Amino acid sequence: MDFTEEQIQRYSRHILLSDVGVEGQEKISNGKVLIIGAGGLGAPIALYLAAAGVGTIGIIDGDVVDLSNLQRQVIHFTPDVDKPKVISAKEKINLINPDVKVITYQQLFTAENAFDIIKDYDFIVDGTDNFPVKFLINDACVLAKKPFSHGGILRFEGQTLTYVPGATCYRCLFHSPPPPNAVPTCSQAGVLGAIAGMLGTIQAAEVLKYLTGVGDLLTNRLLTFNAKTMDFRTIKSTPTETCPVCGNHPTVTTLVDYEQATCELKR
Amino acid sequence: MSTIKVNGKDQTLTSEISISELLVQNNVAQPDMVSIQVNGKFINKEAYASTIVNHGDEVDFLYFMGGGQDN
Ligand SMILES: [Zn+2]
Repeated sequence: MDFTEEQIQRYSRHILLSDVGVEGQEKISNGKVLIIGAGGLGAPIALYLAAAGVGTIGIIDGDVVDLSNLQRQVIHFTPDVDKPKVISAKEKINLINPDVKVITYQQLFTAENAFDIIKDYDFIVDGTDNFPVKFLINDACVLAKKPFSHGGILRFEGQTLTYVPGATCYRCLFHSPPPPNAVPTCSQAGVLGAIAGMLGTIQAAEVLKYLTGVGDLLTNRLLTFNAKTMDFRTIKSTPTETCPVCGNHPTVTTLVDYEQATCELKR
Repeated sequence: MSTIKVNGKDQTLTSEISISELLVQNNVAQPDMVSIQVNGKFINKEAYASTIVNHGDEVDFLYFMGGGQDN
């Protein structure tokens, strides 16, 4: 790939990094990344990956922008209320960086379409808000041998783990979805808006590290933080032999859509 | 008496206890929303009552966190 003068200027702060350089920027520019969910986490992830010049960004989300989203979903602006989130996100990405090819999927990520959608991407990012889809992303990526970043936030806390084939997966740490009646949803529990930015930018950094091969990924360790104390911890982990999807005797061999605990049900 | 680490912080145990008892002692209100590792190894829920924590063990309560997308 030959960068134009303009691109060299645009990406100069990456190129200046000795670990990245022109070669690393080329890897970023050739990268194909799928972001699942264009909400609190997906917003900062998409903004930073667009600015970084990731060549292809896929975004999947079936929702439209709601006024209550704007408190943290920084890719959507006030005039975007009622607009499909993927369209709103695509418009911002195009404005930030016309180099990026954006592919939108205005639909839910399901057991039926999961393999077909992830097959075209180098890396998948979980920016979803519910456990059924989090487990689905894990299972699809483990079974298809695709690397991905898990991310979750709640109230003042966040957690993230990076999976690459052979490393600890989300199910190694959390065997199966919690019982639906035990789950506090965002609408019930709330979340400090900036937490989404804190976690999403960590996930975006992991994507760029993966694409460029720089540094050590958050594999085999779960990063957690609590913004009330600003304590960050990484909890070391090893793949679980009894893991239902990547263990020695897997019971999860095909994809399933788990029952959804919706916000409405929780009220 | 033994000392263990729970979520990175020292805790002193006056008697031998199981993971189930440790959850109660730490006022974990919703055990369903917690996953447990001892020394970096996942512990099955079915084994909480029979798993005894030993001096020097590092126990981590990993909380399910599901927020992020919308609503
Ligand atoms: Zn696993």
